[in-house]
Amino acid sequence: MIRVVLPAHLRRLAQVDGEVTLQVDGGVTQRSVLDALEARYPVLRGTIRDHLTQRRRAFVRFFACARDLSHELPDTPLPDEVATGAEPFLVVGAMAGG
Amino acid sequence: MSAVRVLVGTRKGAFVLTSDGKRSRWDVGGPHFAGWEIYHVKGSPADPNRLYASQSSGWFGQQIQRSNDGGKTWEPVGNQFVYDGVPGSHQWYDGTQHPWEFKRAWHLEPSLTDPDTVYAGVEDAALFRSTDGGRTWQELPGLRGHGSGPFWQPGAGGLCLHTILLDPVDPKRIFIAISAAGVFRTDDAGKTWRPANRGLRSEGIPDPKAEVGHCVHRIAMHRSRPRVLFMQKHWDVMRSDDAGESWHEVSGNLPSDFGFAIDVHAHEPNTVYVIPIKSDSEHFPPEGKLRVYRSRTGGNEWEALTKGLPQRNCYVNILRDAMAVDALDDCGVYFGTSGGQVYASADAGDNWAPIVRDLPGVLSVEVQTLP
Repeated sequence: MIRVVLPAHLRRLAQVDGEVTLQVDGGVTQRSVLDALEARYPVLRGTIRDHLTQRRRAFVRFFACARDLSHELPDTPLPDEVATGAEPFLVVGAMAGG
Repeated sequence: MSAVRVLVGTRKGAFVLTSDGKRSRWDVGGPHFAGWEIYHVKGSPADPNRLYASQSSGWFGQQIQRSNDGGKTWEPVGNQFVYDGVPGSHQWYDGTQHPWEFKRAWHLEPSLTDPDTVYAGVEDAALFRSTDGGRTWQELPGLRGHGSGPFWQPGAGGLCLHTILLDPVDPKRIFIAISAAGVFRTDDAGKTWRPANRGLRSEGIPDPKAEVGHCVHRIAMHRSRPRVLFMQKHWDVMRSDDAGESWHEVSGNLPSDFGFAIDVHAHEPNTVYVIPIKSDSEHFPPEGKLRVYRSRTGGNEWEALTKGLPQRNCYVNILRDAMAVDALDDCGVYFGTSGGQVYASADAGDNWAPIVRDLPGVLSVEVQTLP
């Protein structure tokens, strides 16, 4: 299972506590993880990626295994530690106050 | 006995304030959607338990929330606002062209007759409509298609469509206002639009009397007299007696004619309220005195309403959607401040008291009068 950690605003919107665990079939990439996340929680559509372009919103970052994966291509495989569930995939609101 | 429900949007959530018709004791509900900016909350005139809220975040975008029980519970509905066709470009702050990009919904205006129909005024400026209770949204493209779009420019708050007035007599007539483009009117239910800015004069644009480009902050009408409109412009308080065909200034003896909010008494169509702000660079009341000004003559002659409002060291702002009236007799008047106070008057403005003092900065105030 893939573990995803959402920022507080999105946890509240999706009405979840703590980590989200997702079953992802096939390759584990940003795209496949976010597709599975949005399928489980349709309210998150448009909050992490643009509805039409599917690009990451400007103030959203993706971290895992102490690395910034925000600028990886959507179909690049995520680290094995994320794919095996050893480490979570972090969706983070950019550090910009607020 | 009648009751009043005040719907407050703030920078960090929504609040629902309720009272009986005496309007002396209030319950404060919320925060709903804590941590999110709530630009606007408004109830359906056709079903007062149907509420719509615009929830947004610079990080995570737009949500529209809907309630079917007067704000006790909410459900997220549609958040996809897609401009019709090729979005095109508008003027940027420096006069260059900038592509149209959706940022947020500033104002939600439910239909006067159908709880499932609601209009949304958005930034970058456009008008959207939902006919399925907010699940899906379609642009009314005739507004941006008017042809003047490349001359529209953002005000300090962005290129926002912030005011939507539905004509209670002619269901095909709608007025909207955009900062900084001005007022537009449709007489065919939104298919075609034309500017309605004759008589406005603005110093911040190359031609002060241009057809479009004016920073209109807010317009208001009384339901019994929809051809008469009142406007708080960036500077100047204006009035139209011909459904926006022409405007004339009614600032009169106001201490400043800059401001954002304007509204009309529920039962006296010639009684108008504004809250003067010192200037476009100093967004606080003149002399540090928070004063609502009331005209009982449709403008020009204004009286300061001060009882119960701070008369020294007050440096809050009152934003364009943050004043509203109830329909009780006496008419109640309400406004919210950037400092988080929501003030109410149960006697048409003669006396004021805070309902609540320490909310996050208030973005919008709407009032429902309940049976």
